[in-house]
Amino acid sequence: MDEGWREKFRLRAMEALTKKAPFGSDIDLSKFTGQAISRDVIPEDAPNKALEVGVELTEKKSGIYFQLDHSVILSQLASKIKGLELMPIDDALSKYEWLRQYYWKALSVEQDKYTAVAELNRTKGYFIRALANEKITQPVQACLFIDSDWLLQAPHNIIIAEEGSEINIITGCTIGNRAKRAAHLGITEFYVKKNAKVIFTMIHSWGEETYVRPRTGAIVEEGGVFISNYVLIKPVRDIQSYPTVYLLGRGAKARFNSIIYASKDSLIDLGNRLILMEEGSSGESVFKVVATGTARVYNRGQIIGQSRNTKGHLECRGMILCPTASVIAIPELIAEHSDTELSHEAAIGKLQEEQLHYIMSRGIPPEEAISILVKGFLDPGLPGLPETLQAEIRRRLFMIDRGLVKGSEVKVE
Amino acid sequence: MMLEVQDLYVSVDKKELLKGVKLVVEEGEVAAIMGHNASGKTTLALTLAGFPQYSITKGRIIFRGEDITYKAIHERAKAGLAIAFQSPPAIRGIKLGDMIALAGGINPWTSNLDIRFVEEVLRKVNLEPSLYMDRELNVGFSGGERKRSELAQIFAMRPKLIILDEIDSGVDIDSLRILGGSLREYIDLNRCSAIVITHHRHILQYLKPNRVHIMSNGKIVLSGTYEELVPKIETLGYEALIKGVSTNG
Repeated sequence: MDEGWREKFRLRAMEALTKKAPFGSDIDLSKFTGQAISRDVIPEDAPNKALEVGVELTEKKSGIYFQLDHSVILSQLASKIKGLELMPIDDALSKYEWLRQYYWKALSVEQDKYTAVAELNRTKGYFIRALANEKITQPVQACLFIDSDWLLQAPHNIIIAEEGSEINIITGCTIGNRAKRAAHLGITEFYVKKNAKVIFTMIHSWGEETYVRPRTGAIVEEGGVFISNYVLIKPVRDIQSYPTVYLLGRGAKARFNSIIYASKDSLIDLGNRLILMEEGSSGESVFKVVATGTARVYNRGQIIGQSRNTKGHLECRGMILCPTASVIAIPELIAEHSDTELSHEAAIGKLQEEQLHYIMSRGIPPEEAISILVKGFLDPGLPGLPETLQAEIRRRLFMIDRGLVKGSEVKVE
Repeated sequence: MMLEVQDLYVSVDKKELLKGVKLVVEEGEVAAIMGHNASGKTTLALTLAGFPQYSITKGRIIFRGEDITYKAIHERAKAGLAIAFQSPPAIRGIKLGDMIALAGGINPWTSNLDIRFVEEVLRKVNLEPSLYMDRELNVGFSGGERKRSELAQIFAMRPKLIILDEIDSGVDIDSLRILGGSLREYIDLNRCSAIVITHHRHILQYLKPNRVHIMSNGKIVLSGTYEELVPKIETLGYEALIKGVSTNG
């Protein structure tokens, strides 16, 4: 493949290699020198791990992309689904010269050192496209799996929903038993064309020594709808992400729903920026978090209203189970037009004793009662998720960390 | 004997609210506890249920032969003591159907939920399963719906002793009839006992208590049958009735 066109990105990336991100701790990426295992079979622990992040590798109905370290093991069935294209990004860039116009367009390669390193160490990624006016109902599933210790995984994904199309994508990112320490820099670009709709659900399940820096940009055109669901339940060493959505068409809409269970000593810094650029565009972000252990969670949100009749809302609901955990909500509303309506709402507090005692009065032990309340507080009800996946998320929310009552402040007896 | 409360003293934030309550409830007995506001009725109910903010400074609670004075809420519930709250909290994200299953010892998220069990319980309290199963627990419920939700959860627990804390407050007359009817049926069918805390006689007409106790200032000051006491309360009011007792000795 002629890679000459990428040279400009390489040069720009070189310039940004030491550029720190405005948020999150600065990660020394140089230690992630693990060699990827080159394999063409799915490891034994992968199907279960993938299922934990909502991807059924054995399912035969849907389009599936499975990337192990840097190898694309499975990219199948897309051809059988009308209106769907799904392939490794390199194949797509070879196949379609026009795709180069989308490469590093929704976000900039020199945004920070992570985007730069991702470009210089690019390790595949997927291309998903819904053709014009096609409504793809069955969720497309993608799984990015880290299997090798000290690996740096940096996929670059591009998702395009052509005019009038609809697509529902579930992406799971997880780590195998062999990889103890790893870094994931996932680049994802979304292009939601006129009157198209994208529902994107990302489920993360990392290890306690995983560093994660996803970088995401989305461009939503007239009448387009972009819904992004994010679920993080297991502990992670350090994650920071702050996607930007450009609503540059009339009536474009975007919504973020995040469900976070922050445990152990996870450092979680998540937020998003919604730029309401065109008349009638609107955006909303709802962030729900339960923090325990010594976890520290930041929820940043920024909405910029730049045009007439625009509307934006940020919401952060936090529950803190341990005196050593913390949640920090940092909402920012920027009105750059007189006819924009922006609001935010944040409520962070402890688990309500009244509710705990109520549940216990039905014969339920305190640890289980707390799990029930945590599950209820975070309960997904996420748009676009199949009921089986919602049920799985509920089950996992219920099963989390039963030791938490010990460190909790609530009085149980 | 189902329950014996022996000389119970209870404080909340160092303020003494119960001052020597003595009460016996036999198996199959319905005991009504009446009294004016702040007489200690709800304190007694929540103390019996094991709420930790009610600290017992003296006395004992014997439930079915076992001393439960210092047992935790869930242990008392497991032993067969169930309480219907006067103002149950609304909890988002938890479905009424799931809560009924949990009260019945079924985990709706880890096991295959037998919907029939939940449906049957909901029908007992006249809540149409298809409309109420997936409703969030007590969220946006009317007074009557809340009380029926309480009863449904209690029936699911299959208790031996039911404590009803003002199950009749904020309930219209039709709901009261449904509540009273289903409760009486449950009590008869399961030979369980009940303590009914109320201000009004209406619910008692359906529940037909064996004994009525009147509380005042943290104590039971008067006990008798429904016929002996309730008409007097209606005509004299609590204060005069209690005063009469103290002057007559």
